[in-house]
Amino acid sequence: MRAEREDAGTAAEGGPAGERPQPIGGAAAELRAGGAARAARGAAEILGPRRSARSLLYGVWYVTEHQLVIMRSYFTTILMGSVLNPVMYLFAIGVGIGAFVNSNAGGRGPGGVPYIVFVGPALLASSALTVAFEESAFPVMAGFKWQKVFFAMNATPVTGGQIATGMLLAMGLRVAFTVAAFWAFLAAFGAAPAAWSFLAVPAALLGGLSFGALIVAFASGVEDDEGWFTIVQRLIIAPMFLFSGTFFPLESLPLGLQWIGWISPLWHATQLGRVATYGLHEAPALVAAHILYLGALQAAGLFVSFRNFDRRLSK
Amino acid sequence: MKRDSTHRNATGGGISAALKSVALENADGSLISARGLVKTFGQLRAVDGIDFSVGKGEAFGLLGPNGAGKSTAMRMVASVSKRTGGELSILGMDPSLRGPDIRAHLGVVPQEDNLDLEISVRENLVVYGRYFGLPFSYLRPKAEELIDFAQLREKAREKVDNLSGGMKRRLTIARALVNEPDILLLDEPTTGLDPQARHVLWDRLFRLKEAGVTLVITTHYMDEAEQLCDRLVVMDRGHIMAEGTPASLIREHSSREVVELRFGSGRNEGTAAAISAAGLLGEGDRVEVLPDRLLVYTQEGEATLARVVASGQRPITSLVRRSSLEDVFLRLTGRSLVE
Ligand SMILES: Nc1ncnc2c1ncn2[C@@H]1O[C@H](COP(=O)(O)OP(=O)(O)O)[C@@H](O)[C@H]1O
Ligand SMILES: [Mg+2]
Repeated sequence: MRAEREDAGTAAEGGPAGERPQPIGGAAAELRAGGAARAARGAAEILGPRRSARSLLYGVWYVTEHQLVIMRSYFTTILMGSVLNPVMYLFAIGVGIGAFVNSNAGGRGPGGVPYIVFVGPALLASSALTVAFEESAFPVMAGFKWQKVFFAMNATPVTGGQIATGMLLAMGLRVAFTVAAFWAFLAAFGAAPAAWSFLAVPAALLGGLSFGALIVAFASGVEDDEGWFTIVQRLIIAPMFLFSGTFFPLESLPLGLQWIGWISPLWHATQLGRVATYGLHEAPALVAAHILYLGALQAAGLFVSFRNFDRRLSK
Repeated sequence: MKRDSTHRNATGGGISAALKSVALENADGSLISARGLVKTFGQLRAVDGIDFSVGKGEAFGLLGPNGAGKSTAMRMVASVSKRTGGELSILGMDPSLRGPDIRAHLGVVPQEDNLDLEISVRENLVVYGRYFGLPFSYLRPKAEELIDFAQLREKAREKVDNLSGGMKRRLTIARALVNEPDILLLDEPTTGLDPQARHVLWDRLFRLKEAGVTLVITTHYMDEAEQLCDRLVVMDRGHIMAEGTPASLIREHSSREVVELRFGSGRNEGTAAAISAAGLLGEGDRVEVLPDRLLVYTQEGEATLARVVASGQRPITSLVRRSSLEDVFLRLTGRSLVE
């Protein structure tokens, strides 16, 4: 193979193409000013007779890896957010609101635990969903409309479905990082007393992934109007934050409003988190329902995303 | 990824498909072959039944004005856009069945740069190479090689957002070479660049052409087509109007020389009639009226101009030049290439 590469180089020098399809590597190597290290083996040789084989297998990971390279460029921001956000909330609630609520309820908040213990898992799940929104909505709009990077990815052997999945996976990693940091602060504040409280991390991650998958599905379906960001934030995220059993138990809402919690991924993720952090008594069937519901949302989101990505990329 | 039908077929092909792809050319020996290729958007027939083929090592051009359907044709060849009708075979494969397999062998420079603006020049090259399944051990030295090729050595660590238009364009071309493609597709490689940046780019593309790389180029600049293409088709409104080398197209569809005459607004039409009537034109010569000037197509420009002046016509300005692809397009469609 080494000899063939040299042949290619010679053919390039001579001008006309040789018998075999002329790999540009030979040409580009020829063009180099000289001195830079030479790629030891050509792309064709590395990739073998079926050149798309590795992309078929690992395409999803390449998309994720790309997103991680982007995140590395603003890692400081991510780190600051992941530290400041929980500290701010836990301080305000633990010291301020919590003291007020607890003193009015004889030292106990809703559910018979200190208020910060009750609210902690809800804040954890909220942070997961917030990050999931940011890391889905904006990158997907950028990929299709602003920088159009998805079209660049799709010019390689990678497919629309792989791009959608890879974006979701990258978002999941970012959510996992945020949630793990948040949980560490919860534990440090004594707001996650149960021994198995770390299980709140996968619970919040599951919530973030389901919500993120829905946002990816939605963002990939919107072609023109960009005003929907504000609409989603004000009409979906804000009410979800307020009416998902975040600051008070869902049961204390009038029955006519409780459905908001039932459909909200935030409520399901929060309840799972409460089971983990302080042993909230939830029937096993209900725990299973929370998990299944979040899983189903995620599957639905992915399904629609696949269709949208394929449709938009193959126009 | 399992939902992509292209994929399922591609994987279903298994070993026999992999063996077939070793030939990497169409049955007739070409690399790209289109027969009756059609693409519609709703009612609009953006590409309306075109035939062309591109051979190994050839620099092939699609020349036509905005909206002719060049980009649409190019996206189908790039094996991303699904064709509405007709036949298309690339490297012996059908893009609607084996898109990923074909794309693995292509380098694509789209009309609009779609670089990742948030990361550096070098990261763009490496990240893009990863999508082809290439390892870092290959990509690190390759990125350096391509940075030199694109003359971006000083900008290697710079965020792409901070690059000029010409630099971004060169980076896009360099990126398209990262997988050492068998065919390089360039959609309007120099549109929107200033003359100096265009010449730098042409120089890069020339080197690739000399190295025997198979190129497909779309453009609405006739000088670009003349400089870079061995062979080209002239496209208009989804159709191919003519095909040939730049020289043969000019020979077949235009005269050897052109006299450009300006008589001032409102006077061109009348003067054209007068020139024809006065028998000032040679055998096969003809006059074309544009809003701002007359074009006299003739074998002997200087002699024709002398006859016009001798007849008492006083053009404000006059110019004798050789025919170009612009004249071919005007002859074929009655319109000019760049509005
Ligand atoms: N995605 C699309 N949806 C609808 N119409 C399109 C789309 N892409 C191109 N067109 C239309 O198809 C025609 C050909 O466009 P295009 O291939 O971009 O031409 P060119 O590249 O020669 O300028 C134009 O009328 C354009 O508006
Ligand atoms: Mg175009």
